[in-house]
Amino acid sequence: MLEIKNLHVKLEEEEKQILKGVDLTVEAGKVHAIMGPNGSGKSTLSYVLSGRDGYEVTEGSATLEGADLLEMEPEERAAAGIFLAFQYPVEIPGVGNMTFLRTAVNAQRKARGEEELSAADFLKEVRAKAKSLKIDADMLKRPVNVGFSGGEKKRNEILQMAMLEPKMCILDETDSGLDVDAMKLVAEGVNALRDEGRGFLVITHYQRLLDHIKPDVVHIMADGRIVKTGGPELALEVENNGYADILAEVN
Amino acid sequence: MALPEVKQTATEARLATLTMPEAGCTRAAREDALARVLEMGLPGRRDEYWKYTRPDTLISAEQPHAALFHSDEPLLFGNLDRLKIVFIDGVFSAEDSDDLELEGVNIDRIEDICCKDIHWAKELYGVLETRGQSPVQRPLAALNTAFAADGVAIHVTGKPTKPISLIYRHASETSDAMLHHIIRVESGAEVTILENGPAASRFNKCIEIDIADGGTLHHVRAQGRDHERCAATHMFTRLGRESVFKSFTLTVNGVLTRNEQVIELTGDDAIAHVAGACVGDGDFHHDDTVFVTHDAVNCESRQVFKKVLRNGATGVFQGKILVKEGAQKTDGYQISQSLLLDDDSQFLAKPELEIYADDVACSHGSTSGAIDETALFYLRSRGVSVKDATNMLTLAFLAEAVDEIEDEVLSEAIVNRLEGWLSRHI
Ligand SMILES: Nc1ncnc2c1ncn2[C@@H]1O[C@H](COP(=O)(O)OP(=O)(O)OP(=O)(O)O)[C@@H](O)[C@H]1O
Ligand SMILES: [Mg+2]
Repeated sequence: MLEIKNLHVKLEEEEKQILKGVDLTVEAGKVHAIMGPNGSGKSTLSYVLSGRDGYEVTEGSATLEGADLLEMEPEERAAAGIFLAFQYPVEIPGVGNMTFLRTAVNAQRKARGEEELSAADFLKEVRAKAKSLKIDADMLKRPVNVGFSGGEKKRNEILQMAMLEPKMCILDETDSGLDVDAMKLVAEGVNALRDEGRGFLVITHYQRLLDHIKPDVVHIMADGRIVKTGGPELALEVENNGYADILAEVN
Repeated sequence: MALPEVKQTATEARLATLTMPEAGCTRAAREDALARVLEMGLPGRRDEYWKYTRPDTLISAEQPHAALFHSDEPLLFGNLDRLKIVFIDGVFSAEDSDDLELEGVNIDRIEDICCKDIHWAKELYGVLETRGQSPVQRPLAALNTAFAADGVAIHVTGKPTKPISLIYRHASETSDAMLHHIIRVESGAEVTILENGPAASRFNKCIEIDIADGGTLHHVRAQGRDHERCAATHMFTRLGRESVFKSFTLTVNGVLTRNEQVIELTGDDAIAHVAGACVGDGDFHHDDTVFVTHDAVNCESRQVFKKVLRNGATGVFQGKILVKEGAQKTDGYQISQSLLLDDDSQFLAKPELEIYADDVACSHGSTSGAIDETALFYLRSRGVSVKDATNMLTLAFLAEAVDEIEDEVLSEAIVNRLEGWLSRHI
């Protein structure tokens, strides 16, 4: 589904290389986790895949179902099926959460040549999905993420994901800032979306999330590269021993 | 004191093009106003109060010219039940207007206030304008009082069930119009006044509003879009005890607009809110000049002005809150912000506070910035196109001003207009 080959990325404005040859393939139906020390380039990878400005790809490729992601505008990537749950969801004063969701859902449907969702159908769906994430009606009416608590913001990201039903879900530290119960809700939200046709890339620092969302593959990222790949046991090893052993071993 | 020669010459040249209406009982007020114009002279480029806006086309003796704008958009407030009063190039049109009968309000043309012997009107015409000439001079308003050829006197004694809608049509490419309205809201009465339309190639309009104790006036205005039109408008509002004045203005294009709001809170516990949203493109120049005087205890004033500028457009805001001695417990708020959609556009702001009472809470802020790139990316990453995302963020920016309109039907009409502009321009 998602194929990243030898991806090199530097900052547009500075001579700073951040990704130094990332190789990663996520198959449809699978959950891949990425762990790695702070500053190793995990968020950068997620931004580059979703098309944020400020980065320059100097080498390598990234494709979704064979289509070149790097050639597409962010909204085209979204329509193609990329979704990023942000590490730091953005507050947008003056734009209602509901209006935002509806505009996004319909924009993607339109881009894919599907019919727009009627107001009634949309409302029904959003209410049901919000309820399962314990997002109340008031939060739907408020401006996007404004005044939301950290955990509320993260749940709002998962609500967007549930509404947009993307093919490739990238979750950047969605577990950070969540209490134990909220983590379960979010994991249930993610698990509900798991199916044959969908891939997941879950960036996290903690084993805890992976207890709920069982990964098929775990990658360790360090200094702009995937340095080790293994099964779920790799996450446990990080949890118990930190990165020192793994990094020593690959160096 | 003699006027500078340039000013003297310009003033004389402009006055030579104007004829004072006969206008029986307002004649004295008009003569008075003319004397003030002669004394002050018309605004010139070197005047401090006109530092950011060139008055040239507003005062020039030459005939103005502005092509008519045609649009297939539905008429603003078109579906709204309202009492329509239509002016074409600044002249009242009985044919296009509704019957001026409405319970709770009396409406007369200014030229009829004398023969009908309408006392309140005779006593108000030119009075608030005169008060508003100090501490800052507003010569274009005095010029208006002297020469306005038409206008209405609206006496609100109850709570009319529908808004009074002043519609200004532009029919001739060289029209030069002056309108002067006066409005008196009696104690406990409440009214909504709407204004819309481009009015004329050059438009000078003045409204004097006197709100008695406990009276309420809502005002929503949308200034016409004829690209080359220029306009100078003044609203002089005096508020009595526990009275309320809420005004909102939308300006969409028009090469030059100067809107002055002069507000005097003279009775305790009064509330005055003025807001404006403008969107401009290219050689658009838009100036909001507001002067709020607190001269009573426990009054609240709010100024909320938002401007979206692109392609070299200019926005100006001059806003002042003056709190007089003894005006304790004043709550004054002022915000002016611009969203610059490119580097060519500019926003010039001069916020001022002058306070002579010690127990007051006044705040003001002014900012100028570009679209928030992070928010833009967030929206796009969810599949929203750049255009739609920019529109959403632009409307969100303007929302604080538009939200000042209390009536939802009216604010929706304004938002629709804004969406129309954005979809054409962004
Ligand atoms: N716009 C930027 N300007 C300057 N430095 C940047 C920028 N974006 C990323 N970096 C740098 O690139 C490196 C990788 O950052 P990134 O956010 O991708 O790390 P991360 O793996 O997500 O870290 P964390 O676990 O702390 O979230 C860091 O050193 C960071 O400071
Ligand atoms: Mg990160």
